[in-house]
Amino acid sequence: MKSFRVSVHIVPRKGLLDPQGKAVADALHTLGFQAVSEVHVGRHLVIDTAATDAAAAEFAVRDMCARLLANPVTEDFEIAGVTAT
Amino acid sequence: MKFGIVSFPGSNCDDDAVFAATETLGQPAVKLWHKSHDLEGSDVVILPGGFSYGDYLRAGAIARFSPIMREVAAHAERGAPVIGICNGFQIACEAGLLPGALMRNAGLQFLSMPVTIRVEQTGTHWTSQCREGQCLTMPIAHGEGRYTVDAATLERVEGEGLVVFRYVGANGEATDAANPNGSLDNIAGVRNTAGNVVGLMPHPERALDPLLGSADGRVLFESVLATVHA
Repeated sequence: MKSFRVSVHIVPRKGLLDPQGKAVADALHTLGFQAVSEVHVGRHLVIDTAATDAAAAEFAVRDMCARLLANPVTEDFEIAGVTAT
Repeated sequence: MKFGIVSFPGSNCDDDAVFAATETLGQPAVKLWHKSHDLEGSDVVILPGGFSYGDYLRAGAIARFSPIMREVAAHAERGAPVIGICNGFQIACEAGLLPGALMRNAGLQFLSMPVTIRVEQTGTHWTSQCREGQCLTMPIAHGEGRYTVDAATLERVEGEGLVVFRYVGANGEATDAANPNGSLDNIAGVRNTAGNVVGLMPHPERALDPLLGSADGRVLFESVLATVHA
């Protein structure tokens, strides 16, 4: 087994009202960042895990997301990176 | 009839739920620590309000993995009554006992205020003594109460009559103005198909006596007592 660091982004599902993202976008507009069209606030998780290879590490984290880390009703997730540590 | 009230780390309405069982209904109640595997003979289970596990990850997400939740799920599966109030509703949704999820309030603010809800379904263990269309006033106190489901599930929830309570105005109409948190279709509470499991964001256990501003919450507890004794 080797060690891997897997990072994952969890964001509100597209199309659902994201009041937090909208509030941040409004604040950015107030600061003068008029070019900003949308903001979505989510979570970034960094998971250190043992696995036989990078693909197995990613597979395990996808399973973690489906079962705990993301709510399938309201959130989407994407693997942001898998690196050997 | 024995009430079991689950205490998670961060629950803060468990004592109010015990009060509802013992003082309002005159029934025995026991607090069940979340690490226990034993419902101690409880006929009714209450998942109370609070901030279990500090709402880490998502409200209710960690609590559903507490050891006692396996026994609660089996209790629900047997058709025995379970109610999830506020954080307990969030936990019941995360555990798959009820459809949907509770998201951040549309206005982002934590809301602590009285609301009026309309009883949509009397065919549940928790509303059997209500009249259909009856309006009840009780407090809400939540930051994540916006009821959300995907379109297909919403169709099933509405089609099968799983909506038990809706936020309404003084005239009993489910308007946008009466919707405190942006919940889909003004949904304040839902049931499972069998009707033994109900979840709602408002707090019936904080509306047991006119001294508290409302005694409208009593009818939910009187309903479960009547249903189990029937």
